[in-house]
Amino acid sequence: MTVEPAHLTPQEMDPPNSTAGVARGKVDRASQLLFLRNGKVITGLLILAFFTLLAIIGPWVAPYDPDALGEDSVAPPSLQHWFGTANLGQDIFSQVLVGTRSVMFVGFVAGILATLIAVLVGVTAGYLGGAADEGLSLLSNVFLVLPALPLIIVIAGPLDGANSLVVAIVIAITAWAWGARVLRAQTLSHRRRDYVEAARANGESTPRIVLAEILPNLSAIIASSFVGTVTFAILTQVTLAFIGVTGLDQWSWGTVLFNAQSNQALIRGAWWWFVPAGLCIAAVGVALALVNFGIDEFVNPRLRATGKYAKALKKRGVRARVGFTPVDRHEEPSTPVVPASGTVLVTEES
Amino acid sequence: MTVTDPILEIRDLSIEYGFGADPVRVLDRVSLTLARGEMLGLAGESGCGKSTLAYGATRLLPPPGVIRSGEVLFHGRNGESYDILTLNDKQLRAARWRDFAIVFQGAMNSLNPVHRVGDQLKDAIKAHNPKAKKAELNDRAAHLLDMVGISTDRLGAYPHQLSGGMRQRVMIATALALEPELLIMDEPTTALDVVMQRQILEEISDLRARLGFSVIFITHDVSLLVEVADRIAIMYAGEIVEQADVEDAYRRPRHPYTKGLLSSFPPLKGPRRELQGIPGSPPDMAHLPRGCRFADRCPFVFDRCRVDNPELSQTAFGRDEPDRLVACHLHNSAERQAAVGVSGATPEVPAALALR
Repeated sequence: MTVEPAHLTPQEMDPPNSTAGVARGKVDRASQLLFLRNGKVITGLLILAFFTLLAIIGPWVAPYDPDALGEDSVAPPSLQHWFGTANLGQDIFSQVLVGTRSVMFVGFVAGILATLIAVLVGVTAGYLGGAADEGLSLLSNVFLVLPALPLIIVIAGPLDGANSLVVAIVIAITAWAWGARVLRAQTLSHRRRDYVEAARANGESTPRIVLAEILPNLSAIIASSFVGTVTFAILTQVTLAFIGVTGLDQWSWGTVLFNAQSNQALIRGAWWWFVPAGLCIAAVGVALALVNFGIDEFVNPRLRATGKYAKALKKRGVRARVGFTPVDRHEEPSTPVVPASGTVLVTEES
Repeated sequence: MTVTDPILEIRDLSIEYGFGADPVRVLDRVSLTLARGEMLGLAGESGCGKSTLAYGATRLLPPPGVIRSGEVLFHGRNGESYDILTLNDKQLRAARWRDFAIVFQGAMNSLNPVHRVGDQLKDAIKAHNPKAKKAELNDRAAHLLDMVGISTDRLGAYPHQLSGGMRQRVMIATALALEPELLIMDEPTTALDVVMQRQILEEISDLRARLGFSVIFITHDVSLLVEVADRIAIMYAGEIVEQADVEDAYRRPRHPYTKGLLSSFPPLKGPRRELQGIPGSPPDMAHLPRGCRFADRCPFVFDRCRVDNPELSQTAFGRDEPDRLVACHLHNSAERQAAVGVSGATPEVPAALALR
């Protein structure tokens, strides 16, 4: 049930009320960025921003050349070498810093590319149906059964010292199929809904129906599939570097782990060699998962208000749930209520 | 006004929408009493709070609805009474359908398209009585379908195989599955054509006579209520403005809004009369006027209406019609003035609202 806006006559529009109306509009616009108030999302975004910053400035702020040999071999962390040194005295802190760039680059480029392909293929297949759906579904099913990692090794291996862009593209090509299938299913459910029928009856063009009507309804799925693909791409990049496919001259967290592994860091007790890179991978993964939590609240307008006032509601002891309307009885049962902008002349009970 | 054997007493129920610092009060201290076996019609324009009242009282209102004051007392057949607003989740879940059932606005769409209607009927029973035997369930489901006038061989049908009217009947049968004492019907016939409306309404009246449950019937179609309801409560902008026996309200409306609603559809009998709408539209609930909420649309408005919101009380003919309540200064300002000594002329009750 909706409260209908009504035309107000001038005497009803007291000055304070009319300003309140303006403030209301502002609040609504601000509420679009509400997911930023969610603690989990803020934490996730801050961690991601930190690593993105490292990816940009890492190679410039690194105290040493990651390849430069040093005097101390396998030295524990010290003031000179924050994360200690490797077997030939290389500075591990610099290696991790420099390695951040390729990891983040591959993660985000592959995530964006794979999501684009998934949206294009999935939504087109779902909306068009018929032969186009058959063909595109077959395509995504084929890509779905392709074993991603071996394929990447096969493709990236011969490209000597495959650079990050190539790795990102190869990962994107193997990682889009899941997203496409999920999006196709969701598009199928949306295309027969009344609002799409109405848009069609309006004479809206197919691209507009798909882009302006259906796509916003898929944004939660698109966003979480993006986050999932980024996680997958980062792990794949690290794995590729770890098994030595991407070339040892290109630093990545995986390269650090590869060196640690091949030099038996664990047996030597050189925990500083592999723990920092491992923690970085874990931190990025956690950050992406945290962002994922807030996406639904951001995308679904119905959840925004609840999310916005989550703290205030908790304080009041009100749990907003469907099917169990909260009771927050703050008033004594028989005090008359003063109307929003006025006085009650008569207060006795009738 | 007193009801000797009430089944539901809503007292001072206030409901707000919004969790923020500036919630909108959509229902303001509404009190309503439903007698056992009675059919009460709730009528009013869209957005006046009819559905909010019914869903709020049963705590089905989705977020951001919050109940801010009042109590909703349910008096069961076996003498037990409880306040619906203080029930915990488990008790509330158990009370729903057993004590009070609801037929929703789009009831036809409340059926799950992938399950047979018989199974959905049985699900409602099983949810409250998990130990029920299969044969028992089948019998009960068949009996329920039969009761609403659908052949029992339709138990195995899927919702898409039934017409709109039949689906609506199935929903009514589901609502009656546990023999609730109170049935809330939220515009149950809005999506149906007039012939089907008629049949469904007769069905409900008939079932009510046989099973003895009470009904709260929500609709914006006052002409429908006049035919089926015992008593009628007219709502406007989150308040009840008039309560009366349906016949009295129809013949002798006491509130200008009721008068306006009643003259917006043609009478079948009696002299021909000009159809009139009510000019204007309801106030914005977020910026309510200071006095009577109907003042801006009221043909009989006078000074006092602009400053003081009238409360529901007896009509100007209070002694003669003790069962009627109206919230209008035309009816109760005289005694109010005597009580608090506010000066100023109060017009006589206009002839249109003073029929005897």
